[in-house]
Amino acid sequence: MSLEGVAMAASGEGTRGRPVAAGLTLFAVLAVAAVVGALAIGPFTIAPGRVFAVLWEWISGAAPAGALRERIVVLDVRLPRAIVGALAGAGMAVAGALMQGVFRNPLADPSLVGVAPGAALAAVAFVVFGAPLLALLPQPLQVVGLPLAAFAGGLLTTLLIARLAEHDGRTSVATLLFAGLALGALASAGTGVMVFLASEQQTRDFLFWTLGSLGGATWMKAALAAPFVLGLLAIAIGLSRGLDALALGEAEAFHAGVSVERLKRTAVVAVAAGVGAAVAATGVVGFVGLVVPHLARLVIGPSHRALVPASALLGVAVLLGADILARMIAAPAELPLGVVTALVGAPFFLWLLLKRRAFVG
Amino acid sequence: MNVARRLLLATLIAVLTGLALRAAAAQPQPVEPRIVSIGGAVTEILFALGMGERVVAVDQTSRYPAAARALPDVGYARALSPEGVLSVAPTLILAMEGAGPPSTMEVLKQASVPVVIIPDGHDQEAVLRKIAAVANAVGAQEKGRALAAEVSEDFAALDAMVKALPERPRAVFVLSASGGAAVVGGSDTSADAILKLAGLTNAMARIKGFKPALDEAAMSAEPEAVVVMRGGGQVLDAATVFALPAFAGTPAARDKRLVSLPGSYLLGFGPRTPRAARDLAAALHPGAKLPELPSRPWSAEPDQ
Repeated sequence: MSLEGVAMAASGEGTRGRPVAAGLTLFAVLAVAAVVGALAIGPFTIAPGRVFAVLWEWISGAAPAGALRERIVVLDVRLPRAIVGALAGAGMAVAGALMQGVFRNPLADPSLVGVAPGAALAAVAFVVFGAPLLALLPQPLQVVGLPLAAFAGGLLTTLLIARLAEHDGRTSVATLLFAGLALGALASAGTGVMVFLASEQQTRDFLFWTLGSLGGATWMKAALAAPFVLGLLAIAIGLSRGLDALALGEAEAFHAGVSVERLKRTAVVAVAAGVGAAVAATGVVGFVGLVVPHLARLVIGPSHRALVPASALLGVAVLLGADILARMIAAPAELPLGVVTALVGAPFFLWLLLKRRAFVG
Repeated sequence: MNVARRLLLATLIAVLTGLALRAAAAQPQPVEPRIVSIGGAVTEILFALGMGERVVAVDQTSRYPAAARALPDVGYARALSPEGVLSVAPTLILAMEGAGPPSTMEVLKQASVPVVIIPDGHDQEAVLRKIAAVANAVGAQEKGRALAAEVSEDFAALDAMVKALPERPRAVFVLSASGGAAVVGGSDTSADAILKLAGLTNAMARIKGFKPALDEAAMSAEPEAVVVMRGGGQVLDAATVFALPAFAGTPAARDKRLVSLPGSYLLGFGPRTPRAARDLAAALHPGAKLPELPSRPWSAEPDQ
């Protein structure tokens, strides 16, 4: 969405009340449908009625009546998978909306501030050198050693970039972008070094991690990601008024009483933590953060007060929809999730670009 | 709305409590197991033990025998999806060491389906160990011992014919050549192990693992032959390999000496490994007359 579009809508938002409400309802319906689909559809055949009977038994605490394997598939495989997917989709999409708002740039996405490259470097370093570290962790945490490393890597890289961009208490958006590019490149080079040092098996482990998957979703991962992603959502909602003001320009936002510096810093840290946690749980799943906010804006307009919840809902729908495809196309094998999101997201983005060209020239 | 709220609440409670992993009650073991076999060698051994009919799904590397290729494929052994594996309703999962990801294996173990990990390795001891482990897991110890004896005989016959070879030609294993750089099999790899078994010298032993080789290093190693694997969708023919700068001007390129064998046969380290090594030796010791190993029921089928 172009700057003029953002500014226009930000000034005329009052007149858009009805389409916003309708759009949010639509996205909510899509998100709920995706969650239901994620629980009901899969290569393990269970009648949808049974799926919800098992869920109901679990929620109500009734004595389990169903077959053991049905319960395992619903409660230990599909439910954590749906929750991790919903968290990752909402987190990445809201992070994209936040980054596009802060940078006032339609191409911004979380990878600009180094979350994904930093997380990837830490993940591959962990795959190559982490085995001795792993032995030190208590058993239940061993499975999440790699996610924890990825989370720390993404967060540290972003904080470093944010620190580099700060000067005299002010954060320069341009410096942030360039520092993000440079450190991102450095992290990618480090990843290359690690891949070179890795054994063939380690390289393949890492490769599959970079392609993203909900296949390894466990309750533990959901529990670890939830506070960070929910925190990101809460912060994004809190910042949306400031972001709307910022859309008119930094000076204008300042005069409207927005603490621009604090807004930028809060946004970057929230994105780093939220996306870091999402990436840690699912691996790198591309295009959701970039495309979903654009898609949401097409329907509900650019005001962040609507855009943030809309992106979250649509992010849930898109990621879980993609995951349903990922596990059905090659069943009983599973296509990497990042492959599906890119296959769907990239052509859509191109379409958006060509469509806009008709207006912009 | 109420249901949605309860779901959300329940989810939150579940997330916050960190979730005691539900220890599932053990199911009575059915008489006829439904086996998911992960790893080419594991699958070959199962079929060789006469348990092929019990196998209901395999992984991508299970390419032999033909009956295994006809089974549902649960994907790449290191990127398994828990639901995909469970969807074929297994009562036993036999997985080569290294199958994963760990989170999937964790879910499968919770699913009260016994998961047996078969130790991997790239020598005679390892192959015999795999046979014993698989036979134990399916309760076919007797047949396992018979199979192990046949495989030991084959290794002994191979050993005798390789010892008698006058030379140890220098060979390079090329895994892939995408982007013009040859990824070769250095020391500590299955490729290195099979080259040695076939009485060859690994010209790239100074590299550790499967790594891209420096063109000049490959050239100065003067390999007399290139070994590649077939299958898995990749085509590495002599024209492609010898057009690489790494091999231009090497004796291998001059003599156009390239051997291509099916990947699971060449690098699988299952019961047919002595045969793969013998075939490789026969192809790269052109002067020697190497006898065929005795035909076995489990090796009778031609390779794909």
